[in-house]
Amino acid sequence: MGKKKGLWHSDAAKEAVVGYLFIAPWLLGFLAFFAGPIIASFVLSFTKWDIVSPPHWVGLRNYHWIFTHDTDFYQAVKVTLKYSAIYLPLEIVMGVAVAMAMNLKARGIGVFRTLFYLPYVVPAVASILVWVWILNPHFGLLDTLLKFIGVGGPNWFGDPAYALWGIMMISLWTIGGSAIIYLAGLQNIPPQLYEAAEIDGANGWQQFWHVTIPMLTPTLFFKLVLGLIGTFQTFTSAFVATKGGPMESTLFYMLYIYNKAFVSLKMGYGSALAWILTLIILAVTVAVFKSSPYWVHYEAERN
Amino acid sequence: MIAHAKRSTGYYRWRRLLASIWKYFMLIALALILLTPLYWMLITSLKTSLQTFALPPAWVPDPVRWRNYIDIFTEVPFGRFLLNTVIIEFWSIIGQVSASALVAYGFARLKFPGRGFLFMLLLSTLMVPYQVTLIPRFILFTKLHWINTYLPLIVPTFTGSAFLIFLVRQYMMSIPFDLDEAATIDGANKLQIFWHVILPIAKPALVLVVVFTFVDVWNDFLGPLIYLNDTAKFTVALGLNFFRGARETSWELLMAAATLATLPPTIVFFLMQKQLIGGISSVGLKG
Repeated sequence: MGKKKGLWHSDAAKEAVVGYLFIAPWLLGFLAFFAGPIIASFVLSFTKWDIVSPPHWVGLRNYHWIFTHDTDFYQAVKVTLKYSAIYLPLEIVMGVAVAMAMNLKARGIGVFRTLFYLPYVVPAVASILVWVWILNPHFGLLDTLLKFIGVGGPNWFGDPAYALWGIMMISLWTIGGSAIIYLAGLQNIPPQLYEAAEIDGANGWQQFWHVTIPMLTPTLFFKLVLGLIGTFQTFTSAFVATKGGPMESTLFYMLYIYNKAFVSLKMGYGSALAWILTLIILAVTVAVFKSSPYWVHYEAERN
Repeated sequence: MIAHAKRSTGYYRWRRLLASIWKYFMLIALALILLTPLYWMLITSLKTSLQTFALPPAWVPDPVRWRNYIDIFTEVPFGRFLLNTVIIEFWSIIGQVSASALVAYGFARLKFPGRGFLFMLLLSTLMVPYQVTLIPRFILFTKLHWINTYLPLIVPTFTGSAFLIFLVRQYMMSIPFDLDEAATIDGANKLQIFWHVILPIAKPALVLVVVFTFVDVWNDFLGPLIYLNDTAKFTVALGLNFFRGARETSWELLMAAATLATLPPTIVFFLMQKQLIGGISSVGLKG
């Protein structure tokens, strides 16, 4: 180190400059496609704008209209909440059940794991169309199977009482995707805990309730948060299978935003709707996080 | 004593046998339930139009009509949809791999003021639901006259995705720093260390980036739906839906197209099974 270096020529400063250059792609993307749009979307929610003509400042009128006059908004909230409230418990129970099947000690279990996971690999639109065909009220496979056991199948996507259940079935078919995450959780449970429970005389059911479930709660928590955000953003299945119908029985919130913003070109109104959804998601996520000390069991940090 | 022990081994052997029969019965039943829709897709794709409306539905196509797989290319521009998707895939994969490698290297191996804060910022973008940026992005791309081109789908990939950057960064963090120091003593600069030392070691993580990007682009529906107008520019996912609207009753052709659309991600899944499931469980839970 013979030469004396100025601040900007020190190795640390050089490394800093190189560092900023390396992360520059993300930083630019963050400003252009994330931070900028978030601010823009907030400002837009106070305007009336169809992109073609200049925007009009309308203050809180979008929000006021949404809460006082917009019955479709309430329908969209209702459909989305109802779906989450029914689907998420089903998803957790069935996901854990499939994960436990994947976790059985049996020859060829790897093949079964792959088979259970396979539906999750099918592209979303393809799987939705397969189910629209299976649930076809006249020539569908399910209807035939139901008739075989003596029950007439409903007109799934044509009946407001059943359409949401049809969409639920499509999602439940891909349960293998969640099960693989529960499986990872199951495999992280130390076997000593089961050995200790067995010595204490716990039977299979007791082991499940007092070892498996508590030890799985961190995974359940993680999946519940992701699941809430995911179900609140349901779009493709409703768009492809039902377009929100019949009688708006599957008008998911995202579909409603899409209709307002990209079909009716109401950018300001759509932005206000998007902000309301974001705040709902935020509130529910915070509530779940706050609830976690009461039911999520974390092992003490081990050194 | 001995007689009792013998009897109980026999009893336990019986119990074990029954338990294992029950186990396989459940596994096979579950597999049948989950695979029937896939079988139904495949089998419908080989039926004649007439047979798709047979009652009760036929479990085996008779005659087997392979021609459906030719018809989807002639009656609907499915070949065009495939080509369009491949173009978007190509650029998106290049974009995501280069962006996540560069940015992850910056966050994992270089020191600069504000690194911790910027990394937290990157992670926080994962928490914000996408719909809040959707409309302004659309307006931005409209003003840039990028609507009905692939640019809105491709250009953002060159800025990386927070999840993929995080994944590669975690991987690069696990590489010993001795390697960087040794290379520095040998006179290598940061770019050379990135290229010759870190990148080759981080290859497994980058392969995961390729796979995740491939599957994401292949499945993406909302993006192409919003940004593309011409049928000739549609992707496979969008084309499938268009297909349905255009020919409501040709279920055999629709299922042939759905089967073809399912093939590439399935092949990728079988090739990458081990790495994928390892990657999902390690990244998904330790985050």
